[in-house]
Amino acid sequence: MEHDIQTFSLVKKFGDVPAVDNLNINVRKNTIYGLVGPDGAGKTTTMRMLCSLLKPDSGTGKIGGHDIVKDSEEIKKHIGYMPQKFSLYGDLTVIENLEFYSEIYQVPKRESKEKIQFLLEFSNLKNHSYKLADQLSGGMKQKLALSCNLIHTPKYLFLDEPTIGVDPVARRELWKILFDLREQGVTIFVSTPYMDEAERCDEIGLMYSGSIIKNDRPDNIIRDFGKHILCVVSDDSYAAREAALGIASAEDVYLLGEELHVISDNIEIIRRELEQLLKSMNADYTINEITPTLEDVFVNIVKSRTEMTYGKRN
Amino acid sequence: MNFNMKRIKAIIKKEFSQIKRDKRTIAIIIMMPIMELLLFGYAASTSVDHIPTAVLDKDMGRESRELVDKLTNSQYFDMDYYADNMDDIEYYIDNGYAKAGIVIPPDFSASLKSGKTAQIQLIVDGTDPTTAQTILSSAGGVVQSMSVEIIQETRGTFVPQSLDLRSRVWYNPDMSSIYFNIPGLMGVILQTVTLMLTSFSIVRERERGTMEQLIVTPITKMELMIGKIIPYVIIGFVDIVLALALSVFWFRVPIAGSITLLLLFSAVFLFGALGVGLIISTVSKSQLQAMQLSMFMIMPNILLSGYMFPREAMPEIIHGISNVLPLTYFIKVLRGIILKGNGFGELYKEFAILVAFGIVFLALATLKFKKKID
Repeated sequence: MEHDIQTFSLVKKFGDVPAVDNLNINVRKNTIYGLVGPDGAGKTTTMRMLCSLLKPDSGTGKIGGHDIVKDSEEIKKHIGYMPQKFSLYGDLTVIENLEFYSEIYQVPKRESKEKIQFLLEFSNLKNHSYKLADQLSGGMKQKLALSCNLIHTPKYLFLDEPTIGVDPVARRELWKILFDLREQGVTIFVSTPYMDEAERCDEIGLMYSGSIIKNDRPDNIIRDFGKHILCVVSDDSYAAREAALGIASAEDVYLLGEELHVISDNIEIIRRELEQLLKSMNADYTINEITPTLEDVFVNIVKSRTEMTYGKRN
Repeated sequence: MNFNMKRIKAIIKKEFSQIKRDKRTIAIIIMMPIMELLLFGYAASTSVDHIPTAVLDKDMGRESRELVDKLTNSQYFDMDYYADNMDDIEYYIDNGYAKAGIVIPPDFSASLKSGKTAQIQLIVDGTDPTTAQTILSSAGGVVQSMSVEIIQETRGTFVPQSLDLRSRVWYNPDMSSIYFNIPGLMGVILQTVTLMLTSFSIVRERERGTMEQLIVTPITKMELMIGKIIPYVIIGFVDIVLALALSVFWFRVPIAGSITLLLLFSAVFLFGALGVGLIISTVSKSQLQAMQLSMFMIMPNILLSGYMFPREAMPEIIHGISNVLPLTYFIKVLRGIILKGNGFGELYKEFAILVAFGIVFLALATLKFKKKID
């Protein structure tokens, strides 16, 4: 299988603390790869090393066959990178930003004009062309940032948490753009803390403490989870949580919004015990077994990892 | 080092678009040279004339009045106070009403008539040495010329003199300090304005995060540095023209040499001065740090470049430091062109040195700059 983006035992330390620790990633050509993990897992550091913004302490990586340490300047011609923080010129207009990057990437003049018009329409920014970038909303800023990164038609696109601070509608639009780009042959490497976004990727890597602890297609990850989940909705979720925590065979109990999720190998016992407890509390409730979501899997894996490292709490 | 003009042009265009929208920067570009030139041009003037003077004439003869007239006519002394006794003189000087006191003894006229040496007392407020120096030398001059006249009057026309020193001051015959100050001041202004502006140019992009986006593009370090410097060279040009206009039309400083040559030297100087700014901007972690570093650089430039104090009088170490300041050479050039009318023939050494500074500082800034974010 052809891999477009790869890392080989990539290591980056800040002081003595490894931010990225022996990282190995393989991203297939023409796919969307999602780097998923909690804050501080090393997602941004990984991305910065891939884009040659940081020098790895050891190990290396390849993008389209070029070494990220030795051929960084060659790589830069073919990548787009959208940092987490808005990094365009806020005191330039939308169109000035686009023109600037088109000149920096040496896009031929006629081609550049067409491309800018195309990107403005594609990202719905046409009516805002002469606004200063600082005056745009969060979602529009991200779309502009993406457009500036598409001006030179990159083969590889790196997006560091592109939907932070973006409203749901704009998030959806942004993802639609990513799907379109994949159709056009772009390989996309995206990091996100959002599980619903992770589920849209072709393949995801769960990153924890600087390494990938799970790497697969989202549906495979869910299928391989192998545990059962009870979803309890009641009028007093906190009391229900307290009750569930008291049950010995409950492996994990956590709240996701209004829903209380209880994980166990044998859910029938749990269901009976919970029903009794909730009845005795005179609570209104529903209990259903649900298929795990990526979020459930993620929470469970991260939690068990944390317990491995720091010992069990509660 | 490969570089592409299109990318350099893109950076220049971008810098100007940003400057255009930044009122504070525009204020620095336009207002700073005007204000500094006006303030320093007047305040730092070391020409002393019309010194308020108190006179105590105990003689009241024709000769003593003649002396007072001569001192007044020299333009250096204004006889503002006529004292009745020594206490008055002391009072005027103590309270700062007068900077000088002249006491003519009762036997002044009589001594002169009888061919004896007549004495006059000159009291000088020495708190400001520059003023005191001027008072001493100008009074000396007046008295000297009067003595010669008296000798001629009393002994007939033939005066045997073994030595006849006739000093002539060239280039600035009036020894007006404003003529001397302004060329140096132009250099100082150019250095200050451009250093301040460039010292922010790189670190601001790092602080705002725009550098992260810029350095994932194929732009080379050299392209970025040149693109960052050229807008400020142009701004420096605007400032030098502004300063020149102000000097010529406001301060009436005549420009003896070629303005084209002056602009050529300014351009060469600017590359070096801006190179220093870029180095500061590259090594600084924040805009605040860049500001402090450039302040740190501006002081030695003002003090050691020969703008304020003659470099000849500096101790060896300080003199050595002043040798590595581009401003030192630029001020020499400015004074040479403006006051002496020097041509390239007299200034080729300074030209070579300034070009070398420009290359070295730009190269250093480029080397120091890392296309990384840590």
